Order: sequence, then C-alpha cells, then structure tokens
Amino acid sequence: MRHQGKGDEGRGPNRKEPKLPGEKLQMRSVMRRAKKIRVKGRKEEERLPNRRKRIRIRRRREISPVSSSEDESDEESMSEGEIAALKEQVEEKKKLIATLRNKPWRMKRRLVLLKEAQEFVEKFEGALGKGRGKKLYAFKVMMTKKLIKFNRDFENFKTACIPWERKIKEVESHFGSSVASYFIFLRWMYGLNLILFGFMFGLVVLPEVLMGLPYGSIPRKTVPRSEQDTAMDFSVLFDFGGYCKYSILFYGYYNNERTIGVLKFRLPLSYLLTGVGIFGYSLMVVIRTMARNANEGGDGGDEGEFTFSWKMFTSWDYLIGNPETADNKYASITTSFKESIVDEKENQKNENIHLRRFLRILANIMILCCLGGSGYLIYFVVKRSQDFAKMDPASLTWFQKNEVEFVMSLLGLVCPPLFETIAELEDYHPRIALKWQLGRIFALFLGNLYTFLFALFDEVNAKLETEQELKNATEWAIHEYNANYSSYYNTTDVPPLVVNPADAVRGPCWETAVGIEFVKLIVSDMQVTFLTILIGDFGRAITVRFLNYCWCWDLEAGIPSYAEFDISGNVLGLIFNQGMIWMGAFYAPGLVGLNVLRLLTSMYFQCWAVMACNVPHERVFKASRSNNFYMGLLLLVLFLSLLPVVYTIMTLPPSFDCGPFSGQDRMYDVVMETITQDLPAFMGTIFTYATNPGLIMPAVLLMVLAIYYLNTVSKGYQQANLDLKKKMKMARDEEKNRRNNKDSTNQVMKDLEDLLPNKSLIPPPTEEEPKSTKMKPGSAGKGVNLQKEVSLAAPNPRRPVAHPPRARGGPPGHLRGPLPGPGRGRGRGAPPRT
Amino acid sequence: MGNKQTIFTDEQLDAYQVSLFSFSRLHGRYHELAPHLVPMDYTNEPDCKLPLALIVNMPELKENPFRNRIVESFSEDGMGNLSFNEFVDMFSVLSEMAPRELKAIYAFKIYDFNVDNYLCKEDLEKTLNKLTKEELTPEEVELVCEKTIEEADLDGDHKLSFADFENMISRAPDFLR
Repeated sequence: MRHQGKGDEGRGPNRKEPKLPGEKLQMRSVMRRAKKIRVKGRKEEERLPNRRKRIRIRRRREISPVSSSEDESDEESMSEGEIAALKEQVEEKKKLIATLRNKPWRMKRRLVLLKEAQEFVEKFEGALGKGRGKKLYAFKVMMTKKLIKFNRDFENFKTACIPWERKIKEVESHFGSSVASYFIFLRWMYGLNLILFGFMFGLVVLPEVLMGLPYGSIPRKTVPRSEQDTAMDFSVLFDFGGYCKYSILFYGYYNNERTIGVLKFRLPLSYLLTGVGIFGYSLMVVIRTMARNANEGGDGGDEGEFTFSWKMFTSWDYLIGNPETADNKYASITTSFKESIVDEKENQKNENIHLRRFLRILANIMILCCLGGSGYLIYFVVKRSQDFAKMDPASLTWFQKNEVEFVMSLLGLVCPPLFETIAELEDYHPRIALKWQLGRIFALFLGNLYTFLFALFDEVNAKLETEQELKNATEWAIHEYNANYSSYYNTTDVPPLVVNPADAVRGPCWETAVGIEFVKLIVSDMQVTFLTILIGDFGRAITVRFLNYCWCWDLEAGIPSYAEFDISGNVLGLIFNQGMIWMGAFYAPGLVGLNVLRLLTSMYFQCWAVMACNVPHERVFKASRSNNFYMGLLLLVLFLSLLPVVYTIMTLPPSFDCGPFSGQDRMYDVVMETITQDLPAFMGTIFTYATNPGLIMPAVLLMVLAIYYLNTVSKGYQQANLDLKKKMKMARDEEKNRRNNKDSTNQVMKDLEDLLPNKSLIPPPTEEEPKSTKMKPGSAGKGVNLQKEVSLAAPNPRRPVAHPPRARGGPPGHLRGPLPGPGRGRGRGAPPRT
Repeated sequence: MGNKQTIFTDEQLDAYQVSLFSFSRLHGRYHELAPHLVPMDYTNEPDCKLPLALIVNMPELKENPFRNRIVESFSEDGMGNLSFNEFVDMFSVLSEMAPRELKAIYAFKIYDFNVDNYLCKEDLEKTLNKLTKEELTPEEVELVCEKTIEEADLDGDHKLSFADFENMISRAPDFLR
C-alpha cells in the first residue's frame, strides 16, 4: 500500500486543503477502498453494498461524528426521484472531471476536487445500477473508460506519426513560423504527390508491367536497331534517350490492346481515366484546403480594428528558444511598431496624388515591357533550338543544345530583382508591394511557361506531319511487298511480313517526345535549385565565415553577410513545379514518381541548408494570413495546366504506333468504345442522348444560372456580415460615449432622479468593481474621463454591484432605483474600498 | 529519469493526466533543475519549491521577455517559487493543447505587472518596453499605449479589464502562440 496509514495526521496543512481531520481520514479510507476495488476488478462491485455497510459501521465507530451526507444516504430504499437526482449529480461530477483541465485553478485545488469527484462517481456508479441491470451498467461504465483511454493513446500515437514534425519544429524555433510554413507547405505537397503516385503506379504502371508484354516483344517496346549501340551511354540516358525512352517512364511504351492479362484489365481506359482523375483529385484537395483555411479566418481578416493591441499582446512568438532569433524578433517587433506609428501619422498626411499615380503607371508600363521582352526572348530561343534540332547533334556546343533551359533560368534569376527596383517608384505599403511583386513574378513564370508550351506545340505539329509521311511510306512499302510476293510466287495468299521488332520502321512518337521534354525540364529545374542553394547559400556562408578573418570590414554584419531564406521565391518555385508535373503526368507516367523522390530529397536538403547557412529574417513575415494566397495561386496553376492536356486529348490524333491509344482517331474514343462494347445497351443510348448538343446547352445554361445565384447569395451574406459588424461597432462606440459623457451629466441626472417618484423597475446594473487602490473616494467629479462613477458616488450610498467582470455592463449607477430600495443597493456587494 | 512507477502512484499519475494537458517527462525536467533539492519519489508528496532564478533559466523560458511574470503568475506566493504542482500547471497552460480561453486568462495575469486585475497604462508601458527592449522613444511608447487603450477599452475607464482583454484577444488570429 502506498498510502499513508490511517492515523498519520502529521502531514499538516501543507499537502492539500482538507477541511477537518475527520473528513480527511474518511477521504483517505474511502480512497483506499476505491483503490482496492479498481485493482481487484469488477467482481468486487457485486459485494459492494455489504462492504460499504461494514465500512460504514466501522467508520461510525472509529471517527468523530463528522461525515458527509453522502455516506448517510440509505441505498436500499432509493426512490425514482432520488435515483434521478443522484444520476444528475454523478453526471455533473463527470463533467467536472472532463473539464478540469480548462479551469484556471491552482493544481492543488484541482487535485482535491478531482479526487472528490472521482470518489463520488465511483461510489455511486455501482449503487445506481443496483438491482436493474447493474452488471450491464457497470460494464458499460468500464467500457467507456477504456474507450476514453484508448482514444487518448490513439491521439498521442497519431501526433507522433506525422512525418518530419520535430524537424519542422526545430526550424520554427530558430526562424519563426513564417519559414516553417514553407516546410509545412512542402510536406503537404509531398503528401499530395504520394497519393497521385499511388494512383498512377497502381492503375497504370503496375498492370502494364505485370500483365503486359515484356520488353522487346513489339516494336514500340524495343530500342530501334540504329540506336542500339548508343542506348546504354550515360549521356544518352541522361538525355532520357536510349533505354530510358523505351521504358515504362514514358507514354510510348504502353500497349494498345483493349484488355490485357487474365483479369482482362482495360489498360487504355484506365490510362485515360487516371490521367483525368489526377486533375480531379488535386482540384478537390486544393479547394478543400482553401475552404479550411478560410474558415479559420485566414485571408486578411479585420486588420484595422485592433492593430496596436494585437501587436502588443500577440506579437511575441512563445515558441522561440534561440537567442539570435529572439534578438531578431525584438528588432522586428520594434520595426513593426514603428511602422504602425508611421502609418498612423501618415493617414493625416496629404500626398500629391497625381504624381503618385503617374509614377505607378510608369512603373507598370516598364514592367509590362520587361515581361513582353522576356516572352519574346524565350520564343526566339525556342525557335532557334528547333533549327538546331534539325542540324547534326555532334556539331552543336553544349550551350546551343541547352539554350532554352539556360535562358529561362537566367530570366528567373534576373527579372525579380529588376521588378523590385522598379517597384520602388510605386511607393506602396510593404504588404501590398509584396503582393504586387509576387503577382509579377507569377506572370513572368507563366508567360515563360506558355511560350515554352507553344514552342512545344510547334514541334508536335512537325512530328505529326512526319508521321503522316511515314505512314504513307509504310503502307506503300507493304503494298509493294505484297505485290512483289504475289507476283513472284504467284499466289494471293501472302504471309504477313515478319520483322524483328528492332528493325521495324518507327513513327516519331510525339507524346513520348513531349514527355521527355517535361522530364528534362523538371530535372534541370531540380539541378538549378540544388546548385543555387549549394553555391548561393552554402558557398556564401563559407566564404563569409572564413574570409572574415582576413578582410577589412566585417563581412558578417555588413555586405554580403549570410543569406536569408527566400520564402516567397521557394514557394512559387514549388507551385510552378507542381504545375509542370500536372501537365507532364499524362505523357510520362513515371514523372510523378520522380517528383516524389525530388520532394523527399528537397525536404531533407533544404532543412539542412536552412539550419546551416541561413540567418533568420530581419523582418519576420507573418505566415498565417498569406497561406490562402499561395493556395489560390496553386489553384490557378492547376487550371492552367489542365488546359493543354484536355486540348490534346480532345483534338490531337494519337500516334499510330505507340502508346495505349494508337490506332484511334482521338484519345477519348477509348471511352466511347468501352461504352458501346462493354456496358449494357441502354447505357449506350443514355450516353448518346446525353451528348446531344440540345441537352448540353441547357445543362450549361443551368450551371451558369446556379453559379450566378450562389454568387448573389454569398454577396448577400457578406453584406449582412458587414452590417452586423457595423452595428456592433456602433453599439460599442455608443457605450463608450455614454460612459464618457455621463460623468458630466451625472450629478444633474441624479438630482433629477431624486425628484422622481419610483424607478424601481430598472434592474440593477452589473458592473466591474475597480479594485485598484489608487483611486480615492474624494476625487469625485474632477475630470470627465476619470475612473468610474464610483468615485463620484462617494457621498451617494448607491454603490455599484460587485459582479464578476462581464463584457458590457448595464447602464451606470445613476439609473438605479432610488433610496426606497436600499436592500439592493446597499446590502449587496459592499465595495472593497470603504 | 527512473521508472514512472516509483515516482508517482498510479492514482497520482491518473489524476495529473486528467487535470493537465501535457504531463509526461515533466517530472524529469523539474528534477533536472535542482537535482539535490527535488526528490525522486513523489508518492509522499513532499513539499519543495524551486526559486524563480532556477526556473527562468530553462531553455523554453530563457529568451522570453515575460519569463519573470510568467513564473510569478503561476506561483502561489506571487514571488515566483514554484512547487511541482505549479510547475506542471504552468507547462500545461503553455502547451499547445490548452484552449484559447484558458490561455487568455493567464495571459491577462502575465501582462498585469502590478497585479491589480487591470491592465493600466503603466502595465502596458512595461509590456511594450520589454517587447522592444526599450528601443522606442518615450513619445512613441506613449502613443502606442494610448492607441491600445483606445482600441480595446470598452467601458471607458482607460484601463483594460479582463473583459476588454478577452474581447480583443478572441478576435486575434495569432493568439495561440
């Protein structure tokens, strides 16, 4: 037994706050009994009543006649009403136990109350169930407890399972919540990509690998004879030619048999549906996340209302544990206060509006020119690369071969700082300037991406033409062969031409070419990112650290010093990469897997780089507000990457000899085929009716009307919201004014009231009692804006009631009932001061 | 750190876990602060308090400008000496799982320097100076405090009572940290 003996009174008042020695004794013995019961299990509960009786008798004999009323209750004869009342009490105690954490009490008090409540509950839980299904009741209770414990453990386990949580917390404590938000976003992306990879892998790649034809059996799966000697070269593999090109990574490998394997798996259908399903799933997830963020008051919120109060009370990040970060936080808080002060003062300033507008327009024109120039540059370079592609690859320099990627990366490095310098003309508030900056960089990347796509599209068209020629040539060749054969052997039964797969004439598979382009872009992007971090951040840090010993000025404090983590740049990079993955996944099923690997390495690499080479920001960027902004960008990018894929599915004819759709007119024909052949007949008719333009037009119209309606309703709600806010603000201001002004009119009003007969209908107000000892009763009536009217009311026996603080009390004291009702005014809540 | 079984009884453990938001490993931390003072065996509920100076040197609190006030507001005697119960209480409220209302109550106590249950102007000035390490000029401090009171004070007494504070804090998006 770990508890103290019965007679041990020597604890003293230190331990808990027991009321009387006798009761303490009784509590202890009750607890002991409770413990015994719990230890020995349910069976004991059956013997409970006897034991209780015995103990009761024993206790009555041993201790002083102080006992709580609970023990005295006669359990044998409890009526229905008593049972109900007891049950209610038990429920109350249980609720107390459940909410014990939330109460702002001292630990000791909590422990005491907890013990009492637990004893009460245990004692009477058994009693309540007595007689009528007692066992079942006790069993239910035990199961509930077990369930609660299980839930708690499960929650703990779930929290421990979140990947990288400790790493991210470490970054957060050093760099603040804004940098950590990038890593949280990265982790979210990783999760999304993992699921997309699961889809692609499970539904497309795996069936082809397991049930499809192996490598080398048909032309599309074999490396052509002409390329075979270079197929294993590293440079060729690195360019995703050779064996890479004819593997599951790319579209061209997949066979177009309608069903494959024993399970009759419909690969072409699955390929198409997975490709489209990836977009659908991503869309759903992004919108769900956006809605969740918006619910938590994410974007913007009510900024003007409590600026200074919030800055004062909520700006300190309690999670910071590192001195350097703390210093930076102090500095950033100071700067932020100074900024707000300047803002305050600036509101009264009068600006030259025209000059400002002119400068802004000028800046925008300049930036538009930059964007246009960069777009044209990319187009030009891509055109040139097409010419290069026609020339002999051996005669080109490395630079000429990779000109496109090089130029795009260069633009990505040079333009953003350029935009920033131009933006200084505009003289916006920093937060707005940041949004403009992000918008412009976004436009830059977008323009580049689309120019790239158009160039790609030209290439595709060229390939399609070649294919047409090739197809004609092949047909003619076969025709010739048949003619020769029949004329030579004089038969009409011509055996089919058997050609080694490696020797067959191959069309230019444009989808694989597109897939290769995307994969190359992602890989080069990844290389550029890693190199930038390695050289830009790590190299810089090393130079600064080691050159500092032998340099004239302090490299660490002045220029160049250590790099800061560029949150917005990294986030935008992540978003654009995801866009490219979405676009390329249809043509290169292996791309999603590649991306998963990339994100994984990126997470570890960037975590290391941030901790090793970066310093915390000078101006800590508040993460919570802008999260929806990034999600919005992601959504936009998703739509934009959806368009090219859908366009190609609908309009471009697939290659005739590679991929799962070869032989069809359009890619979506697979779906039509499935409907006509595999589904029952009536479904086919339904679909024919559904695709009738006469039906589609009204459907589209209906959707447009629905959108319009929902939009109007939402606007109505927003308006109602604003109205309510306005009302609240008005009410608050009214309160303030009333309190402020009533001081001067108070005396007059009181005099007036004295003359009135009976005003006892007005309920007594509920006000907070100022407990500060600074006020003196005699300081009444001095200033209008002094403390409450208590000071004024010193000679007046009507005192405010001491209630617990509430947000807005009733009308102040002067409206109280006059002297005839002294009981209310004087009897209650004697003021603490006098 | 020892097996939990020998430090607390099952009931004590259970009681602590129900009354708090985060309990595991806390005894170890408490013990680390003053190994010669804090006993390993808590079954008899010994009475020992650690002084303020020891507690504010904990890594979680070291960089916090309000560390003294935090410890003081959790200590029963108001001087900052924490017994184990108060220690776990403090960390429970500061943990991430404590609800906003509870944190608001304790935040009010922390910022109330002169312990009069109101945030008067001097309290605000002290808060501000601690936050900015006294980098602002006196006029700026004055302006900020006035604006704060103007924004949050609902009943016009030029101090912030708990109701004002709670009303203001409940709208703040960044409060939970």
